[in-house]
Amino acid sequence: MSVDMPAATGRYPDATGHFGRFGGRFVPEALVAALDELDGAWRTAMGDESFQTEFAALLRDYAGTPSLLYPARRLSAKIGAQVLLKREDLNHTGAHKVRNVLGQALLTKRMGKRRVIAETGAGQHGVATATAAALFDLECVVYMGEVDTQRQALNVARMRMLGATVVPVTAGSRTLKDAMNEAMRDWVANVDNTHYLIGTAAGPHPFPALVRDFVRGIGDEARQQCLDLVGALPDAVTACVGGGSNALGVFHAFVDDPSVRLYGFEAGGDGPATGRHAASITGGSSGVLHGTRTYVLQDADGQTVESHSISAGLDYPGVGPEHAWLHDTGRATYRPVTDADAMAAFELLCRTEGIIPAIESSHALAGTVAIAPELAAELGREPVVVVNLSGRGDKDVHTAGEYFGVLDKE
Amino acid sequence: MSRIGVAFDQARAEGRAVLVGCMPAGFPTVEGSIAAMTAMVEAGVDVIEVEIPYSDPVMDGPVIQRASDIALAGGVRVADTLRIVDAVAATGAPVVTMTYWNPIEQYGVDAFARDLAAAGGTGLITPDLIPDEAQEWLAASDAYGLDRTFLVSPSSTDARLQMTVEHCRGFVYATAIMGVTGARTQASAAAPVLASRVRAVTDLPVGIGLGIGTGEQAGTAAGFADGVIVGSALIRCLLDAASLPAGLTALRELSAELAAGVRSPAR
Repeated sequence: MSVDMPAATGRYPDATGHFGRFGGRFVPEALVAALDELDGAWRTAMGDESFQTEFAALLRDYAGTPSLLYPARRLSAKIGAQVLLKREDLNHTGAHKVRNVLGQALLTKRMGKRRVIAETGAGQHGVATATAAALFDLECVVYMGEVDTQRQALNVARMRMLGATVVPVTAGSRTLKDAMNEAMRDWVANVDNTHYLIGTAAGPHPFPALVRDFVRGIGDEARQQCLDLVGALPDAVTACVGGGSNALGVFHAFVDDPSVRLYGFEAGGDGPATGRHAASITGGSSGVLHGTRTYVLQDADGQTVESHSISAGLDYPGVGPEHAWLHDTGRATYRPVTDADAMAAFELLCRTEGIIPAIESSHALAGTVAIAPELAAELGREPVVVVNLSGRGDKDVHTAGEYFGVLDKE
Repeated sequence: MSRIGVAFDQARAEGRAVLVGCMPAGFPTVEGSIAAMTAMVEAGVDVIEVEIPYSDPVMDGPVIQRASDIALAGGVRVADTLRIVDAVAATGAPVVTMTYWNPIEQYGVDAFARDLAAAGGTGLITPDLIPDEAQEWLAASDAYGLDRTFLVSPSSTDARLQMTVEHCRGFVYATAIMGVTGARTQASAAAPVLASRVRAVTDLPVGIGLGIGTGEQAGTAAGFADGVIVGSALIRCLLDAASLPAGLTALRELSAELAAGVRSPAR
């Protein structure tokens, strides 16, 4: 297949929101006017100094960025690579997602809308959205699969404390994808006064590009920090990929640096061969889901297949279209990481660095452990790897505690 | 002219609107859905809309979601839909297929168009495919002589409405409200406005759908539209019934009420 090589900074997607054969808009006509409005607001904001100044101030004073790029020396010694952790886990609300919600909340205000809706799986994006809604005084409704509201009762409570309404979704598989369907239905009915604050770089155009632009600071910061720290670009940048916003955020600044290898690690669940995974790129096929053409977990009839992962944040049967395209062009490499390998990396970071990572981010760590010897062999020296530590593990203490058997029986 | 065009012409000549009734393929079973659609035709539904059940139907409200889930849980396949189209077309009523895009993309757009035409289907209603993304379908529908019904919405700009209508063939689907499928008690003020906006740019018949569930509402819609599209209210007849025969009886009664409605257009 012959495809154009990606280039950073605004050249992709094309004017109609396509990344090669991926992306676009597969939505009810009722939403097109709102997507056009959003597209216009986003393009204007990107070129508007006052918007950028306001956004930068929020990121600095409220979210606590730039996040640190931390040389993880004990981990590095264990795995044979110089690991630089991009500490997005230290941001307000505990993950990279705060960057996206602040950007979209600012846009919402600019469009004169008073209400935001969001979908959430584990509740992290819901909490982040509720946070931004509180800060911007917006009405906030979060759709969450009924199964997830039970599994993540603490996050439901957090959202309510922040003033959001949490709506349990009882349709379909009662998880993230169904929450997304329900949010789309709400949006179709209330598009006049409502912005759909999508939580990842997926969905119909302009969402994939817009979300990428709001989180790309991760990579912009990391690139400069790495130059400052080691005097050179990294040999590789790694991230976990569910919908893919944290990965795009850290990749984007490096896409035009051919020496920097980009690795996305998908949730391999019980293992790709078992069929119980959430690896849309490495274990799925091209299709249309939630308004975009991308890689999807589906059966022969195009029905979405349920995903499985120990990490709720990666448990989604699709992926952002830009990742599908980075995969097709070969610019980024995607591999699955099993639950077991991710949890081993979770424990490794806890014990070597005193950092409890999100289980999502543990997939990036596990993938980094796996590629370190490959890179060292190829380069003939210890590789320098920037790992996006996209979130902290507080929310995962229960899951991890059960997994490792460290919870006292009551 | 397509078979649907003929149905609209006949209705126009009779001073009434066409009644389009929607049912998911394979709900409650493949044979049950054929029986239901046949009963609808016998009770006065002019055009049958067979919806391909899909796992993520974002334009559909709870009733169609539930019916689609039941059909999918029963193992219905896209190929079964074609068999159902074939069986219902044998009644003589035009049969149009309503589908989200991914099942067609996975079947193969050209292959599906070929097989739908062979089964006697008239064309597709595509709720999540806008003309902007429809190059493959435009070509396939031309190749096999199938109708294309894209949706227009109260929120469509004039430019988009014009563009969308230009890509339609057979009839235009005007969504009466901003929202998803499902019967409503309140009449839509936006619907007549949208219908007249469509009429201003095309001679194609305008079907109005979303929120219509009673004979009276059908009569109101028939006052300003060429076609009245009913789904959830008909499907509910089967969902709420204790047995399939009881459901079919209720379905016949509602179909007849709606058929009377489109024959008494409120002017």
